[in-house]
Amino acid sequence: MTRSMICIGCPMGCELTVEVEGSRAVSVTGNTCGIGKKYAETEVSAPTRMVTTTVLSDGGVPVPVKTKTAVPKDRVFDVVRAVKARRVALPVGMGDVVLDDAAATGVPVIATMAVTG
Amino acid sequence: MDERVSLAIIGGGPAGLAAAAAARERGVEDIVVFERDTRLGGILNQCIHNGFGLHTFKEELTGPEYAGRYIEKVRQLGICCETGSMALSISPDREITVVSREKGLRVVRADAIVLAMGCRERPRGALNIPGTRPQGIYTAGTAQKLVNCMGIIPGREVVILGSGDIGLIMARRMTLEGAHVQVVAELMPYSGGLKRNIVQCLDDFGIPLKLSHTVVDIRGRRRLEGVTIAQVDRTGAPIPGTGIDYPCDTLLLSCGLIPENELSLTAGVALNGATNGPLVDDRLQTSVPGIFACGNALHVHDLVDFVSEEAGRAGTHAAEYILNGGHGAGPCVRVMPGEGIRYTVPTTVHLGDGDDQVRLRFRVRDVYKGRAIRVTSGGEAVLLKKRRIMVPSEMEDVAIDRRRIVDGDLRVEIVEVEP
Repeated sequence: MTRSMICIGCPMGCELTVEVEGSRAVSVTGNTCGIGKKYAETEVSAPTRMVTTTVLSDGGVPVPVKTKTAVPKDRVFDVVRAVKARRVALPVGMGDVVLDDAAATGVPVIATMAVTG
Repeated sequence: MDERVSLAIIGGGPAGLAAAAAARERGVEDIVVFERDTRLGGILNQCIHNGFGLHTFKEELTGPEYAGRYIEKVRQLGICCETGSMALSISPDREITVVSREKGLRVVRADAIVLAMGCRERPRGALNIPGTRPQGIYTAGTAQKLVNCMGIIPGREVVILGSGDIGLIMARRMTLEGAHVQVVAELMPYSGGLKRNIVQCLDDFGIPLKLSHTVVDIRGRRRLEGVTIAQVDRTGAPIPGTGIDYPCDTLLLSCGLIPENELSLTAGVALNGATNGPLVDDRLQTSVPGIFACGNALHVHDLVDFVSEEAGRAGTHAAEYILNGGHGAGPCVRVMPGEGIRYTVPTTVHLGDGDDQVRLRFRVRDVYKGRAIRVTSGGEAVLLKKRRIMVPSEMEDVAIDRRRIVDGDLRVEIVEVEP
């Protein structure tokens, strides 16, 4: 089976053509760098996404956060729900771990900005 | 008493910070950055999504992380940043009127100024959409600030007009916050945002993008109750009978950005009608000597990495202006936008025998597949670069050896590729 997709690895947005056997990419064309090949291989087998959202602090000020690495695409909403259920105390430093293991994905969620209040 | 600085930078966002750092590294000691917000970082503080910094740092950062790198750099360089300070006007001889809570109203004289005020969004009033004027209509960036910085979700049933990157990012953001984004309508037959954002912000969540569609009616007295979206013809006029009603409580507008230049005008800086930013030469100097411009105040960028690079050049040239007591005149040639080119930055280039490269940035008028960018100097080709695809939403960037530029117009155009 042939799948066409647009790489989300960088702003260039290369148009990829992927030959797929089962859930495995046997060839990738149209990519201009290694990121595209890796993206296509992951996208046809087990697609992942970075998640960015905010966690509320005790005072109500939102603190921007991200998953430290990409999580399975079908778990994105679970990760957001887990972050939303959490409250953090200020101050928060950039890189502070907000959740050790977001929704049992094994991926921590970290703050992306220092917020003092 | 008169307050004096060598270099004043207006705006503490990514452009202002990069310009300040570059000027300091070039040897300017006495620099002040005026930032009207309470924290540095500018618009990046509300851009909590990732995708920034691949060019500059070779890794993907979120907006606040990218800003954080430059804030830290400026701090390490010991550059004075006055937050909560708003420049109100600039005179042609570079006297800046600044107001702040701590210091009140004062005038600061600068040997050189870098304009880095960023841009603003085109509001509903500039779009001429018929209908009532209820609550619930926001620019995408305003909604972004409400959600990401203030923790306020502006609505539950959302329609987005315009497919600019902020609109696409907010489609995903509102969805993650539990809102239902029904549709994104785009007047043009192509998207205004990056392809990756169509994929990861719309396709991932099953949000439809309707190209060649626009909002033709807004309903609701107190709160927005619904909008009508119709297909448009090639001229942008709605096609009768194609209207579909969407009940919604929120309409987000992502219909273009306009460089912020109220201050530039007070200084007498001449603006480019095609960009709404200052006309600049290849040193990023405006029509007023000693006043430089960069970032989204100069022309709207797609990538902050390009803003940082450009702002670094503006800071370097401002530093040279200060340290050399002016730039000296020197012969210039015009840069003319030819076939398929909407504008160029800069619009004039100095002739010279230096071994440096002249950077030309521009946008194309339409979608071009399998064409080439050609730059000619005095009629002779100095650059020919094939491109698989060029779209108006993605800025083009080429570099030309200065020594190849001769007296006569520099012309940038889109040409057919010879087989």
